[in-house]
Amino acid sequence: MMTTVRGLTREEMAKRLARDLRDGYVVNLGVGIPLLVPQFIPDGVEVILHAENGVLGLGPAPAPELEDPDLTDAGKQPATLTSGAAIVDSATSFAIVRGGHLDVTVLGALQVSGDGDLANWYVPGKNPAVGGAMDLVAGAREVWVVMEHVDKRGRPKVVERCTFPLTGKRVVTRVYTDLAVFHSEGGRLRLKECAPGVSPEAIRERTAAGYAEDLETGMLPV
Amino acid sequence: MIDKLRADVMSTLEAVPSGATLAVGGFGSSGRPDTLLDTLCDLDRRDFHLIVNNVGGDFTGVGRMLAEGRIRRLTASFPVLPEFYDEYFAGKVELELIPQGTLAERLRAGGSGIAAFFTPSGAGTMLADGTFPLRYTTDRATGDPVIAECMPARETREFGGREHVLEYGIVADFALVKAFQGDRRGNLRFRLSARNFNPLAAMAGRRTFAEIQHLVEVDELHPDDIHLPGVFVDDVLLASDSSPRHPTIAGLS
Repeated sequence: MMTTVRGLTREEMAKRLARDLRDGYVVNLGVGIPLLVPQFIPDGVEVILHAENGVLGLGPAPAPELEDPDLTDAGKQPATLTSGAAIVDSATSFAIVRGGHLDVTVLGALQVSGDGDLANWYVPGKNPAVGGAMDLVAGAREVWVVMEHVDKRGRPKVVERCTFPLTGKRVVTRVYTDLAVFHSEGGRLRLKECAPGVSPEAIRERTAAGYAEDLETGMLPV
Repeated sequence: MIDKLRADVMSTLEAVPSGATLAVGGFGSSGRPDTLLDTLCDLDRRDFHLIVNNVGGDFTGVGRMLAEGRIRRLTASFPVLPEFYDEYFAGKVELELIPQGTLAERLRAGGSGIAAFFTPSGAGTMLADGTFPLRYTTDRATGDPVIAECMPARETREFGGREHVLEYGIVADFALVKAFQGDRRGNLRFRLSARNFNPLAAMAGRRTFAEIQHLVEVDELHPDDIHLPGVFVDDVLLASDSSPRHPTIAGLS
């Protein structure tokens, strides 16, 4: 019988991740929890948000009266630009992604494996669509996954081997969950932080991949 | 004298036969050449191989073509429209699913005389290993969809210790694109994120049709400000939705 734990909320996960963004980073955000990140970017840290459809310097959603059909984000939602923004075509947009000009992509996941494989684009039997996910994980300098530690049925999402179709092999560099922060170095996961009030044992019980414990800091209050 | 402006969309698009391969610009409804797509529907052309990033969530443009059963094969990264998948699983339309950046680069390469290139995107996934279903058929006994054919496996090669996949440049029979401004020589300027796939699709077309929201005089666009020169454009047509100018950009003062 597993102990019950109360981990971070989705907002707290986004806030914890945002604390690791550095001034000047170029960042691409996937859908879901990653879209909560911008509101928590610390003061004094300026990041450039990249959207696959060719926007560098994506701003928050506009008021309805300011919506512009010619300006959307990668989810086709109305968008704004920040000061200093630039627009490029789709080939240049992905030159930024694959060419090593994107510091971090923040993505949700179905599963992450112990050696950094990522599955996040397709549930067999459902409708397949890939968008830019495979380019982002192949090209971004860092791939940070933010997700619940276990799925809705309580099964671990950090696994020995992904059972869902892969988005990329050995691409994940960090995993932020409601319970823990892992770094992936050289194809090996290291547990770096436990969420406040969550024990290393509780994380071990809910993780189906091997990893090393490297708990220096614990988790700072979010 | 070079004058690519055509007065009549219908008679100009008569040149596009059923069965053609079409590279289409746009990202959802943003920058999607609806006038040209609608005209091909009105001309009752069908059996197209459509190369377009996404179908969009509505039944205009690409969605209309799909709803009217005019698409034989879709090459895309993000089809999304549920009705598309009904057709796909029923074996009525083929899906070549391509990572978005690979699709953009395949169009750019095809339009640039590059036969093929190696990219790390998709390496080690089912979009590269020959297991992704291109076409379904229906099991006669159960009525369930069964895989009839998969996308071919990509050739692979290691560069710097990383696996890359070989992807081919795309040259389409025709390209359909939309621009904000254009002149009679076919010089185009796009607006904000409506640019997206439009310049790339235009480059990849053996014959490229551009619908423009605003016709400008030759030399009104400064040479430095032309996003796509007219050498890539064969026919300029006025978009039916010639929309109002947008004086401000949300978020920028």
